[in-house]
Amino acid sequence: MHELGIIVHVAKTLKHVALQENVSKIGSVTLEIGEVSGIVESYLTDCWEYYRKKDELIEDSKLIIEKIEAVTYCDDCEKTYPTVQYGRQCPYCKGYNTWLAVGNECNIKEIEAC
Amino acid sequence: MTDKMKIIEVKQSVFADNDADAEKLRKELKSEKTFLLNLMSAPGSGKTTTLVQTINRLEKDLKIGVMEADIDSDVDAYTIAEKTNAKSIQLHTGGMCHLDADMTRQGVKELDTKDLDLAILENVGNLVCPAEFDTGASMNVCILSVPEGDDKPLKYPLMFTICDAMIINKIDVCDYFDFDMEKVREYAYKRNPNLKIFPISAKTGEGVDEWCNWLKEKVTEWNK
Repeated sequence: MHELGIIVHVAKTLKHVALQENVSKIGSVTLEIGEVSGIVESYLTDCWEYYRKKDELIEDSKLIIEKIEAVTYCDDCEKTYPTVQYGRQCPYCKGYNTWLAVGNECNIKEIEAC
Repeated sequence: MTDKMKIIEVKQSVFADNDADAEKLRKELKSEKTFLLNLMSAPGSGKTTTLVQTINRLEKDLKIGVMEADIDSDVDAYTIAEKTNAKSIQLHTGGMCHLDADMTRQGVKELDTKDLDLAILENVGNLVCPAEFDTGASMNVCILSVPEGDDKPLKYPLMFTICDAMIINKIDVCDYFDFDMEKVREYAYKRNPNLKIFPISAKTGEGVDEWCNWLKEKVTEWNK
């Protein structure tokens, strides 16, 4: 349940962005969430619905979530494979010399604001 | 048409501002010669008992303070105050399952770490969320206790990846559980080849000296 903590940090970042861009109302926020980031989408949305009402800047703002598929790279056979299906073990060489290439993201991609 | 919405590209990690806050806190603590230890584990692994043993061994050489973070209550801060001479305060996270750098900073301020060599943050009992947020600590350590099982490094990989050391607590009850010490090492090294591992029993005191000597070495190095 670190979703609430994440939303608090999103709101904090948006405050900085709003100041920089000279906007006072945010209509939507698009987040990019990696498939294996450990973030539960429905919890994140619930936390957003709760938290946005506390902050004038985001109170009418929609939360849009874009999922990023997780991909693991194998150092031994230099191939990539879908992480969720195979985990840490490479399906080609059965080795464990693998690392997550994408899929752990939690980024604010863009906002709509005025 | 001032109220027309425009799209603004942000392209920033949600954790970026916390990471920056954490780095700032780490630098400030370094310059005032205070080592901040972030201690994490699941609830009931023996964090507080381990701390009591650790403080009682180190307090003749180091000035130590403790921040106990919990969702509610102050039982841990009381235990530390009762059983050690270290200064202890209780932080409430307001329902949050972890501490971030900003909350840690508030704790550091309340504890008043200026004269301390070692400040210990006992994070909320949880193997998932605290690993995501850099607190600004000089070092991260987790405790895994024997009854929890040897497979935890596989199930909660991030925790074991971000830690500098892992304490395996409650080794005095090893005979009653199917806990394979070799397996847990193998699983943990798979996540983090540089991990230091200390099997201890905070109850009997077995192995605690080794952990304390290592910690003291790290604190001395940091505060040089």
